[in-house]
Amino acid sequence: MSTIANVVSVPRLAVTGKVTQMHVVVSEWTKLHSLRSTRWSLAVAVILTIGLPLLFATIVGSHWAHMAPRERADRHPLDIALAGVNLSQLAIAVLGVLIITGEYSTGMIRASFTAVPKRLPVLWAKLGVYAVVTFVLMLPSVLLAFWGSQAILNQHHILQVSFSDPGVARTVIGGALYLMVLGMFAMAIGAIVRNTAGGIAAFAAIFFVIPPLMNILPTSWNNAISPYLPDAAGRDVFSLTHGVHDLAPGSGFALFCGYTLLAIAIAAVLLVRRDT
Amino acid sequence: MIEAHGLTKDYGDKRAVDDLSFTVRPGIVTGFLGPNGSGKSTTMRLILGLDAPTSGSVTLDGKRFRDYPAPLHEVGALLEARSVHTGRSAYNHLLALAQTHGIGKKRVAELVDLVGLHDVARKRAGKFSLGMGQRLGIATALLGDPKTLLLDEPVNGLDPEGIHWIRNLLKSLAAEGRTVFVSSHLMSEMSLTADHLIVIGRGKLIADTSVEDFVHRASGGVVIVRSPQALRLRELVLGPDVSVSSSDPGVLEITGLTAAQVGDTAAANGIVLHELTPMQASLEDAFMELTREDVEFKAGDVAAADEPAQGAA
Repeated sequence: MSTIANVVSVPRLAVTGKVTQMHVVVSEWTKLHSLRSTRWSLAVAVILTIGLPLLFATIVGSHWAHMAPRERADRHPLDIALAGVNLSQLAIAVLGVLIITGEYSTGMIRASFTAVPKRLPVLWAKLGVYAVVTFVLMLPSVLLAFWGSQAILNQHHILQVSFSDPGVARTVIGGALYLMVLGMFAMAIGAIVRNTAGGIAAFAAIFFVIPPLMNILPTSWNNAISPYLPDAAGRDVFSLTHGVHDLAPGSGFALFCGYTLLAIAIAAVLLVRRDT
Repeated sequence: MIEAHGLTKDYGDKRAVDDLSFTVRPGIVTGFLGPNGSGKSTTMRLILGLDAPTSGSVTLDGKRFRDYPAPLHEVGALLEARSVHTGRSAYNHLLALAQTHGIGKKRVAELVDLVGLHDVARKRAGKFSLGMGQRLGIATALLGDPKTLLLDEPVNGLDPEGIHWIRNLLKSLAAEGRTVFVSSHLMSEMSLTADHLIVIGRGKLIADTSVEDFVHRASGGVVIVRSPQALRLRELVLGPDVSVSSSDPGVLEITGLTAAQVGDTAAANGIVLHELTPMQASLEDAFMELTREDVEFKAGDVAAADEPAQGAA
């Protein structure tokens, strides 16, 4: 460490810009890519999104000969192509939570809110930057997952489907859209809870724990409620086949976005009103 | 200039800051003193809008902090503990904050050099020592060339060279006309740095005065005299408002006369003086005396050899 400069006068700053939303966006982008943990999480999400479908395609392809007709009928090429999304969503959600809660746990939030005392520009910038980053990374990933898994399945001449077939393009791209909105949803939860473990637990409860619990309720209740839960609504956009009770892809996605906007609205109100 | 009017903050049923009103003026270094838990950090958070007051207000040059278009140009703050993400390099930390205001990399580099972090700027802040973390905090505070400095224990963790540097920095910042508001426990350092003091205890204002007055109030006006004719001098100075005590032969502690008066009396009577010292209470003594009743978290007294130990307050 070098010794402190002997000159004690602070160099003056000729011009100071103002805090603008654009400036805060640039700042949040710097924050995002300057953390090694962020780069790792996103890399893992990409690897899972692409790798799992390739793995599944290989397994299904090599075992096809031993599968009963019933079993074969249940395998769907798009389930395989988007299998990775079910796992990478965890990485995307956890990172989304961390982008907010990491600032609270390290105290960085004090510096951020001193620089931007109006606070909301920080939330908008974090959401916007993360949404764009997630989509830009996940769109090529799901496309690669689709073509890669199709290429493997093609070698076994099974489960072939074309990108231009009805609903296929929507389903594949829907995977990237789902992850993008999911990241924002998780970030909103993080902003509400302000605690990493709590945020991840809340996310896991909403997406993984509560849905299966619906099976305990009478079937009519289950059928009435489950399709409207966030996880089911979100999944509609990257599913080609739907159960009788599932919402249509567009409606499901709209509902999913609605939940996300609600969470963001709550987070925004709390962000401004609560003490840091 | 920082102006607080009736500032009050409750956390649940705990009143951390109680009807605090004070003015911190530009051009001088104002020390913010108080025992642990007295509400200093809370007050600073209220100034920055990190917490909202329960009642009352605090403004910077008449406006709320959040109403300024370029907050970092108004206030540079170094709050207690680090406000830095451990996984990020010092350089990127400063850069990210600078970018919120459109402040460029050149400024970041300038400050990194100013605080002596050039060699470690690209290292993760989590690996920094306490002193390095403080320097980063100071660089952060100076990022926007602020009119007001709000510093909570800035010399915490710094070596003597660093402490000396901070002292000069604060004085030169004040001399440039900036408002400098510093909280510290290091009384000896504060007495060298501060011009004015605001003292709080249990969330309430106890004193708002110059350092000189503060110390003078607690001094008690004792004059120490060392003389080979001490006994004779004692006879001469004793009077209705004057008391003399003696802890050593040849040494008198005279209360009720100025050093000048004692010196004149001695000279008029041909008494040789080897020492004539007006006793200044240290800032530490003055502070301890003033805040004795208001210490929130008081350790038990260390027992003297022949006294029974006293329990904690």
